[in-house]
Amino acid sequence: MLIDLKDINKTYNNGQPLHVLKGITLGIEAGEFVSIMGASGSGKSTLLNILGILDNYDTGEYWLDGTLIKNLSERQGADYRNRMIGFIFQSFNLISFKTAVENVELPLFYQGVSRRKRHAMAMEYLDRLGLKDWASHYPNEMSGGQKQRVAIARALITHPRIILADEPTGALDSKTSVEVMDLLAQLNREEKVTMIIVTHDPTVASKTRRTIRIKDGIIEE
Amino acid sequence: MTRNKSRSLLTGFGVFWGLFMLLFMLGGGNGFKAMMMKNFEGFATNTAILVADRTTKPYKGFQDGRGWSLETGDIERLRRMVPQLDVVTPSLSIWSSSAVREEYSYSDAVVKGIGAEYRQVEEPVLKYGRYLNEMDILQERKVCVIGRRVYDELFPEGGDPCGKYIRAGAIYYQVVGVDFSASNISVNGNSQDAVLIPFPVAQKIYHRGNRIDLICVTGRPGVTLSTLETRIREVIAENHFFDPTDKPALFIIDTEQLFSMVDTLFTGINLLIWLVGLGTILAGAIGVSNIMLVTVKERTIEIGIRRAIGATPRDILSQIMMESVALTSAAGVLGIMFTVACLAVLEKSNPGMPFQIGFWSAILALVLVALLGVVTGLAPATRAMAIKPVDAMRDE
Repeated sequence: MLIDLKDINKTYNNGQPLHVLKGITLGIEAGEFVSIMGASGSGKSTLLNILGILDNYDTGEYWLDGTLIKNLSERQGADYRNRMIGFIFQSFNLISFKTAVENVELPLFYQGVSRRKRHAMAMEYLDRLGLKDWASHYPNEMSGGQKQRVAIARALITHPRIILADEPTGALDSKTSVEVMDLLAQLNREEKVTMIIVTHDPTVASKTRRTIRIKDGIIEE
Repeated sequence: MTRNKSRSLLTGFGVFWGLFMLLFMLGGGNGFKAMMMKNFEGFATNTAILVADRTTKPYKGFQDGRGWSLETGDIERLRRMVPQLDVVTPSLSIWSSSAVREEYSYSDAVVKGIGAEYRQVEEPVLKYGRYLNEMDILQERKVCVIGRRVYDELFPEGGDPCGKYIRAGAIYYQVVGVDFSASNISVNGNSQDAVLIPFPVAQKIYHRGNRIDLICVTGRPGVTLSTLETRIREVIAENHFFDPTDKPALFIIDTEQLFSMVDTLFTGINLLIWLVGLGTILAGAIGVSNIMLVTVKERTIEIGIRRAIGATPRDILSQIMMESVALTSAAGVLGIMFTVACLAVLEKSNPGMPFQIGFWSAILALVLVALLGVVTGLAPATRAMAIKPVDAMRDE
């Protein structure tokens, strides 16, 4: 089991305590292609944040590839995110003053990979995603689909075990959405990367092989 | 940082200007001091000048308010009784004399009767001929050494005037030397306007008897003149029957004190320069810090993304620090370059004056500014470190 959640609870304490996750138990095997669906406010983004070690949880256990993810230092957290997990965001979250290739290089920079090597790797990944000619363009010179593909390249470059995508097609038109989903499916097939996609779009969910529905902080599969 | 060029520029300007102010004023202050010191050029630094004035205390049956004069005999008394003195030499001046040669005349001349040793008090820069010597004094020769302006007025055609005669008052003197000293110091008449003649000659021609205007003394090497002041007063007072503690009766100017006053003045100015300069730099640095804080706030998403894809808090810290140091250092380098350029212009227009700042002071300033950059980056960097990776998702 690559991801093993046991009775995860999470409460936000912003003035009024808000119990968002009410005992989530979930297992995801390596190589799965999973979607997490739910209405807004259902807790799916919180779940994704916990899976991505971006946020911590109150009670329960989260085992990631045999390691208990709990009370990690900032350093360890950063290290796990860097090596184990790739992120794809709804709004792409590319750094606007860096070119496509520089954006893709960034995770390797934090791994301490030499400039020449990380540039070569980033170019290779851009090439695979058909963006070689756009390598030296800035994000605001690219279309949404292109930006999302740059973001996918950035997520892939560290060879992560898991890719977490938060509404990856949320800002794209339907045609590009299909392209991006096909790309993700292809990567899942060919690279054996575990894909976890959070969405509220049924057509996106239908592309995945397993759908986890979440409602009011409880899983109803 | 590079995205927002104008803002970075304006922010750095504070540091730039602060450094410029500090270094420029330091350099300017140095040059100004040197210019000031040039005025004292050629004047012995351990000189005191003695001038007679009215007594203010009754003494030995004499009433106060009595006038008296220094006399030729006082010179010999001082030499004998205060052995720590090196040079003891008299001077008497006849103001607004006119010096005439053929059709040329100079009406602002000062005829100064001096001893041969006077050259050790106000060092002459002899362009032609020689200075007055002991033989001139002993034989009371009617010879003179003329100052620069006197020479320019009386010998407009230039050339060596030695051997020629000029008239000062009613008497003709043979010119034996020309003193080109440009010193602005004036001991009973500036040397540029002077017609120097042997003092016994001056005493006789101008009916001074054995009276002299003032006595210049210099201390032997290692002697501090201010410690001799009491002794000098005793020696002079005994001869003229006034109270040795009657300070106004014998006026003594000590150039050592004069120099130390100027020195203190410049120390004060320097202190002020440092205060103002450092204050301006500090204000600039606080400005940088402030803007960086705002920038960090604006860059929450970017920093969140970096954190999400694996940057440790330390990575973020060093990034912000580097930006802060780079910004202040760049501004610092520009400030130093601008200062050096400005001072070079000043130096060019005032030849021979050391306005330029030293190489190592510039390096020191740069290191200081870089350190300042670290301090400046501290607040924004801690703010940036507090940003959680979740913030990247939240702030959409």
